[in-house]
Amino acid sequence: MRRLPRILLVLFILPSACRKNLPVTPPLTPRAFGTQIAEQSGGKQASGVGARLADPVVVQVNGADGNGVPGALVAFHGTGLTFNPGQILTDDSGQASTVVQLGDISGNYQVVAETPKSGGGTVMASFREVALGYQEKVGKEVSEKYCTMCHDPESTPERVSNFDNLAPPSPHLFSDGSVLNGMTDTDLIKIIADGGPALGKSPQTPAYRTTLTPAEIRAVVAYIRAISDPPYSVPPAK
Amino acid sequence: MICHHGQGAAATVQEAHYSTKAWEQPILPARYLEASCGQCHMEQLEGTPQLNSGRKLLARYGCAHCHAITQPDGTLILPVDEPPSLEHVAEKTTREWMFAWTKNPQAYAVSATMPNFHFNDQEATDIANFLMRQSTASENSKVAATSNTPLPSADQAAVDGPGLYGTLFCASCHATQNSKGNLMGGDLAPELTRVGNKANPDWLRRWLRAPQGYDPKTRMPRYRYDEKQIALLTAYLLAKKDDDFLANAHPGPSDEQSIARGKKLTADYGCAACHRINGVAPPEGFAPDLSRIGSKPLFQVGFLRGMPETLPDYIAGKIRDPRAFGPALKMPSFTLADGQVESLTTALLAQTDQAVTMPPELVRATSHAKYHPGGDAGKLMEDLRCQSCHTINGNGGDMAPDLTREGSTVQRAWLLDFMRNPDTLRPALIRRMPKFNLTDAEIKNLSDYMLTAYQAPGFDSGALQSETLNAVAATRGKEIFYSKYACQSCHIANYKKDKGYVGPALADVGDRLTPVWIYKWLKDPQALVPETSMPNAHLTDDEARDLTAFLMTLKARKKGGGK
Repeated sequence: MRRLPRILLVLFILPSACRKNLPVTPPLTPRAFGTQIAEQSGGKQASGVGARLADPVVVQVNGADGNGVPGALVAFHGTGLTFNPGQILTDDSGQASTVVQLGDISGNYQVVAETPKSGGGTVMASFREVALGYQEKVGKEVSEKYCTMCHDPESTPERVSNFDNLAPPSPHLFSDGSVLNGMTDTDLIKIIADGGPALGKSPQTPAYRTTLTPAEIRAVVAYIRAISDPPYSVPPAK
Repeated sequence: MICHHGQGAAATVQEAHYSTKAWEQPILPARYLEASCGQCHMEQLEGTPQLNSGRKLLARYGCAHCHAITQPDGTLILPVDEPPSLEHVAEKTTREWMFAWTKNPQAYAVSATMPNFHFNDQEATDIANFLMRQSTASENSKVAATSNTPLPSADQAAVDGPGLYGTLFCASCHATQNSKGNLMGGDLAPELTRVGNKANPDWLRRWLRAPQGYDPKTRMPRYRYDEKQIALLTAYLLAKKDDDFLANAHPGPSDEQSIARGKKLTADYGCAACHRINGVAPPEGFAPDLSRIGSKPLFQVGFLRGMPETLPDYIAGKIRDPRAFGPALKMPSFTLADGQVESLTTALLAQTDQAVTMPPELVRATSHAKYHPGGDAGKLMEDLRCQSCHTINGNGGDMAPDLTREGSTVQRAWLLDFMRNPDTLRPALIRRMPKFNLTDAEIKNLSDYMLTAYQAPGFDSGALQSETLNAVAATRGKEIFYSKYACQSCHIANYKKDKGYVGPALADVGDRLTPVWIYKWLKDPQALVPETSMPNAHLTDDEARDLTAFLMTLKARKKGGGK
């Protein structure tokens, strides 16, 4: 009989231990309500699959007067994503911040930040994060070594960007989907392998055919497609 | 199975792909994919940046001081960091500083690689007391510290110090935090943000004069500073301190019991695995052997509550917060970014049973060269610690260019000039070669040695007929330099009109490089320096010759050079 409580305890713990997303936190109670929510920073980041994003995701909750609302409840969710914390009250300036861990599959993830309104219902802000798979991570490494010094105006302090030193035309950011989404994979591979003149463009883009392997060139294209803004979608087969 | 692991056949996608508690060997998560390559490949593969960086970190962060990690080719991972000797530490610093540092190294220097052992006040007191007690007199202490040159006042040092610190390029290796809290400078040597809290003034003067007299194994070169420079630098560095830092460092009294406890703690926590300490022998087999950690059976693993029960999660968790797995564990906490933890986990996951038992013909080994230059020049290069930054014949640091073929690369007059007054070739770099104040005889000795010993085969002047490098070729070369290949996008040939900032400036390249080197470089840069980012433009022989002819006309000494 003395063992019964212990067995009962085990029976009680077992199902809860088997549930995912442990530990479960009790819901927070909002002290105030906002009427609008917007991304402040941390959207459109790219990191490896399963990794935490480098910067936290921060959203701003404002009231009808446009001022920040402290103490409003913000819940974060998104398929495949893990948030720490998953819900939080806004700080003195009306901001809520969370650390995001990406899922194990490469591609786009949608972060949704939701805050309740005073009369019921919620307002939401949603934005995109990118998980890079193996090929895209290799592409990122290659592009940081060979490409970003000209294609990214904000490359690291020590490798002062060469972007501003170039004669026109200016290089495109690799995330510039408005232009690069209009180019086919074949054209991107061609311009990387054979340089700008191969597509009738500036010789400031050198040819990398003998410097990079075909796999590395394809990896750079995969990376460009992954971080493209607006997102790239594969054109339908003709 | 070699690359992705996994259980093999399963009835559902869920079963095949995801970990359940029953699976001993679930499929390897995509983020650690590169671990599988490391089971056979010891060399730096281009497709495995995460694995490469993880292996470097295992050596750089001192993991290999405590853990034996035998790689599949049979070689041990050797630590490349050089934790300082503590044999004479009482000359260098105070008991208070040692107490504060032992308690929390990152409070003194955010970039410190010394991990946090979470010692309490009593333990930190005991260790500081013991380290002060075991300290003996260094070679340096036999030399008078103070010269006739008095230290300048703090105000004077604040005015003149930054200029000297800058022109000596201390920041090539040492970082300091600027007013915004950003670290500026290299990571080859300790951060100096609060060095005034640590360093004893006499010790600092002697150290700047002859670092090797305090620690024969230090990577710091012996600069030929004059006494005035040493005095100014000492005063400037001593002013780099934070008055609050030691305000709360109150170690308990030093008595024999405390010293005895300190000695025991020092041995228990394996301090001598990294540091040289009098009276404490380096422990052997101090921490678990990690050679097969990637095949550790899950039944041997004690998971934390709530953590995913997989080996990668366990390893990453142990690296991130070792003491969470038990307060009695000795492994200290390292300050690592997420990416570094991920890289380290990848490198450790490559250490599998499969890797160890791989047939030797499948394993791609690396070479462990230990080249040291010989003769008088060799001694000089040892004194200057050239190989702290430069690799020569496979041995040395990677901060500065590889010098293995320097003799075939540069012209004698340029080399003599550069040693006298080193200046960077790359305008965008903060890290530069420091000025050593070498004598003319030393410069001649070094240059002659390098020009003779560091020759590459096939670079004699016969490889390129010099009469073909004429004015007509140079004109054609200039044309393709600017139009067809747009070299000015990355290189400056003429300071008045070019702005390229990526590669070295070429405005005086005709004084610097040999024509044969330029020609061969243009034809295939990666053949000479495999890791260079200079693209191979696939030039024809004629184009390479014309460009060489043009580049050889770029000389600084010519009045109004560059045209």
